Amino acid sequence: MGLLYQIFIDPFVQMGTAPDLFVQTLWEGMVGGVLYALIALGFVLIFKASGVFNFAQGIMVVFAALTLVGLYNAGVPAFLALGLTIAVMFALAFTVERAVLRPLVNQPDIILFMATFGLTYFLIGFGQFVFGGEPKVMITEQLYLPKGTITYKALGGVISLQKLDIAAAVIASVMVAGLAVFFSKTRIGRALRAVADSHSAALSVGISLEQIWVIVWFAAGLVALVTGIMWGARSDVSFALDVIALKALPVLILGGLTSIPGAIVGGLIIGIGEKLWEFYWGPLIGGGTDSWFAFVLALVFLLFRPQGLFGERIIERV
Amino acid sequence: MFYREAGQFKTTYASDEAIFPILQDRIGILIILAVAFVVIPAFGNDFFINAVMTPFLIFSLASIGLNLLTGYTGLLSLGTGGFMGIGAYACYKLTTIFPDVNIIVWIIVSGFFSAAVGVLFGLPSLRIKGFYLAIATLAAQFFLEWCFIRIPWLYNYNVSAAIEVPQRELFGVIITGPRATAETRYLIVLTIVTVMTWVASNIVHGRIGRMWMAVRDMDIAAELMGIRLLPTKLLAFAVSSFYCGVAGALLVFLWYGGAESTVFSINESFTVLFMIIIGGLGSLLGSFLGAALIYILPIVLRFVPPELGIPLHAATVEHITFMITGALIVFFLIAEPAGLARLWQIGKQKLRVWPFPY
Repeated sequence: MGLLYQIFIDPFVQMGTAPDLFVQTLWEGMVGGVLYALIALGFVLIFKASGVFNFAQGIMVVFAALTLVGLYNAGVPAFLALGLTIAVMFALAFTVERAVLRPLVNQPDIILFMATFGLTYFLIGFGQFVFGGEPKVMITEQLYLPKGTITYKALGGVISLQKLDIAAAVIASVMVAGLAVFFSKTRIGRALRAVADSHSAALSVGISLEQIWVIVWFAAGLVALVTGIMWGARSDVSFALDVIALKALPVLILGGLTSIPGAIVGGLIIGIGEKLWEFYWGPLIGGGTDSWFAFVLALVFLLFRPQGLFGERIIERV
Repeated sequence: MFYREAGQFKTTYASDEAIFPILQDRIGILIILAVAFVVIPAFGNDFFINAVMTPFLIFSLASIGLNLLTGYTGLLSLGTGGFMGIGAYACYKLTTIFPDVNIIVWIIVSGFFSAAVGVLFGLPSLRIKGFYLAIATLAAQFFLEWCFIRIPWLYNYNVSAAIEVPQRELFGVIITGPRATAETRYLIVLTIVTVMTWVASNIVHGRIGRMWMAVRDMDIAAELMGIRLLPTKLLAFAVSSFYCGVAGALLVFLWYGGAESTVFSINESFTVLFMIIIGGLGSLLGSFLGAALIYILPIVLRFVPPELGIPLHAATVEHITFMITGALIVFFLIAEPAGLARLWQIGKQKLRVWPFPY
């Protein structure tokens, strides 16, 4: 009985009696969720357009952030460094298309998936080789990102919000809105959606697949850069993001592999769920549970709704 | 010319169904075994045996395990590290609870614990496959890793949260612990790996292996042919996890001599996955070739620059190793998506017809 009480009653009592803590945890979870959502967004962009499950998205985030900080430390002014990093991401997209995707066209999905593993290793080595492996500090002030904390007195306690997190949420929403407009209103966006629907049909109406792939990888690179700045501002820029980026995979399961809103909603669900679970239920089984919560949630989810919340039903039941 | 099987008549079904039906192959495998069992322990130095051969064999065994699941049954798994960890921790617990039983017995038995957990996490494979299954196995990986840290019972409430290998003997010879010689450990590993490779070879050439391959090639067709999917897939998970578990136990007991949970991290899973991709999916030979390339390449790279007189920092070498590994993975995927094992087959065919083109 005592255990059942601890599992089913006590956490909710705690939520009720200390609503400020609850809201604070909720907010922390949401902020973490935005990061997951942004990484997942990069995955979805590439998966939609090229059917490649891009494992390297997480490392692209690190690589973009590292390039930005590395250039700034080398004496390049902050905004010029930003521009140069964007150029580097374009070069990366171009190189990936030429050196990896084009020779592997028509290979099974798993081979392309493996190729992005190779890309991941290469980028880890390359990034460390050029910019050094030690953690770096993100240039938040030079990019005019807000700093400091807003504290509210509410719900019988104090809730503190980092201004940076608010900025991250705003920028993420703007970016998603921008992508939505880009996809629905522009010529290239329509071409992208056509490619996502059917490769061969898109080819037959004269859409260049190669060009589209460069564009989506570049778009994913831009998303990676924004993610990298936001994440680097919260902690240091280091290769530790590797493992965090893997959490984008359960996000994709929840949201569906091909849905941009799915990536956002999935990211928020995972982020918030993970924090609440760790805060209210984690201590019962020893803490540190946020390392696997997302994956186990995705596993349970897979058993009931394999196509995700918003995904197309592409899973073949066997 | 070198591989011509002309004149080798098979007069019984047994000789026709042999694993190595061609005489040259049989001679070749005998030479390899002789080199492995006699020449290397007799002439190799401690560094070569302990830092190259032993881990290479252990990783080959883990690769075979994953290859049975991913290469033969077509179920992608990223939980290899976790399953290897179960083997190591189970073996450690068993040998501390029953110290009198021979350690070799426990190394093998620990594989069964790994197999049981593998079956449990393999259950979703009935409904999902591909990337989705990979993510489901990631859940296993992270959950198991968490268990290795958070359940102190597993490492006997050590302060260091690590497992230390106790000293154990076989026929009066010390085989585990810091006082065991490199040669002894190597020979034990080699024997276990050889026997288990032979068993794996028989499994994949027999009825079970054919069932697995039918499921891999098209599961719906396999089901129509009367193969029950759930038992087949779960059997693949069980056998694969068994191999990985034994490999994990060997890794800790006969190579590292002690381990923390970080040894069995997600990187371990990826390393083994690379090995089978590079080596060749669905090939036992490929498991060895892939393990050789991925494991031995960094060691070689570490020694090449000083030999050429180029002074490099250890960290720089590490970074370059990463770059080269990544580039090689992409290169091999482009050059030969079927892996090194396929290259060997092509080479064999070339040897067979040489000096004629056809």
